[in-house]
Amino acid sequence: MVLLSRLLAGALPLALLLAAGSAVAAEGIGQIKTAKGQVSVDRGGRALSVQVGMPLAAADVVRTGADGYAGITMRDDSLLSIGPNSVLALERFDFDPTTHQGRFDSRLERGTLAVVSGRLARQSPEAMTLRTPAAVLGVRGTEFAVAVP
Amino acid sequence: MIRRLASALLALGLAACATPPAPPLATVVLLPDAGGRQTAVTVTQGSQTHVLDQPYAAAHLTAEGLRPFQSSAQEVQAQFGAVIAARPLPPARFTLYFVEGKDELTPDSKLLLEEVFAEIARRPVPDVVAIGHTDSVGTDAVNDPLSRSRAEVVRRALIARGVPADRVAAAGRGKREPAVPTADGVAEPRNRRVEIVVR
Repeated sequence: MVLLSRLLAGALPLALLLAAGSAVAAEGIGQIKTAKGQVSVDRGGRALSVQVGMPLAAADVVRTGADGYAGITMRDDSLLSIGPNSVLALERFDFDPTTHQGRFDSRLERGTLAVVSGRLARQSPEAMTLRTPAAVLGVRGTEFAVAVP
Repeated sequence: MIRRLASALLALGLAACATPPAPPLATVVLLPDAGGRQTAVTVTQGSQTHVLDQPYAAAHLTAEGLRPFQSSAQEVQAQFGAVIAARPLPPARFTLYFVEGKDELTPDSKLLLEEVFAEIARRPVPDVVAIGHTDSVGTDAVNDPLSRSRAEVVRRALIARGVPADRVAAAGRGKREPAVPTADGVAEPRNRRVEIVVR
């Protein structure tokens, strides 16, 4: 599965793929690292309940209930957390771990979000955007917070 | 007369209430960088763009457009303190060095391994990636397995100390990604290494 998505993404040259060992963890584009209260992930039309350590995939939508908090570490070391009654869509994430090039686009539909940007934003000031229903944020770095009531 | 005056005053009052400042559709605040670096976020609403580039520089997005303002540590704590506290720990990175041509850690790096354990222990669901490298002495046929073997040595050491096997990945990159670029065939201790990321 990981191998397949890497092949499709074309993120790793074949040589690296061949040199990679057998035990590459199924890390996805990121992982849920903290979770409190009601947290779920919408994936392919299904709502999955969340456990810490759960890998995330592009197009996942993370939702919290009235008592929910979730913290996410992305593969480029971006850190995101959302507070109660939040909807965060991880619309697109491409990251080349060798060159640190790629793209991270997310969307906060509602709620609160705190971000520490990672290697993508450090590599290129155009690589990371966050949209809200009212605006587009270009993330040059590094720490910021957003509320959409 | 008095009733008329009262209703006129009431109408005035209602008129004043009818144009309150538009409630924000969103609020964005730039926070100080933990490492003290210069940082910025651009905020674009329709044709308006505003750059937040000072700590606690902020903007309200309203139906009537962008309204920049200066927030403060106190305001941020009140509005965002709990969500900031939910952020995961930042990833930690370590580099361990190896004896030439072997998958044996140098004495200094054996000690550093203790710090790696400590960092892993701080995290409820740690995620560790160990990537092995070699210097440029020898062919890929020698260095690819050697780099993998170095990463595996680290992986096994972590598992032996109780880190769950499925939370540690190991891979080798041979001599392709030197920390210190050299000509081919150069024995460079700084390139004989395993880079570890703890997330």
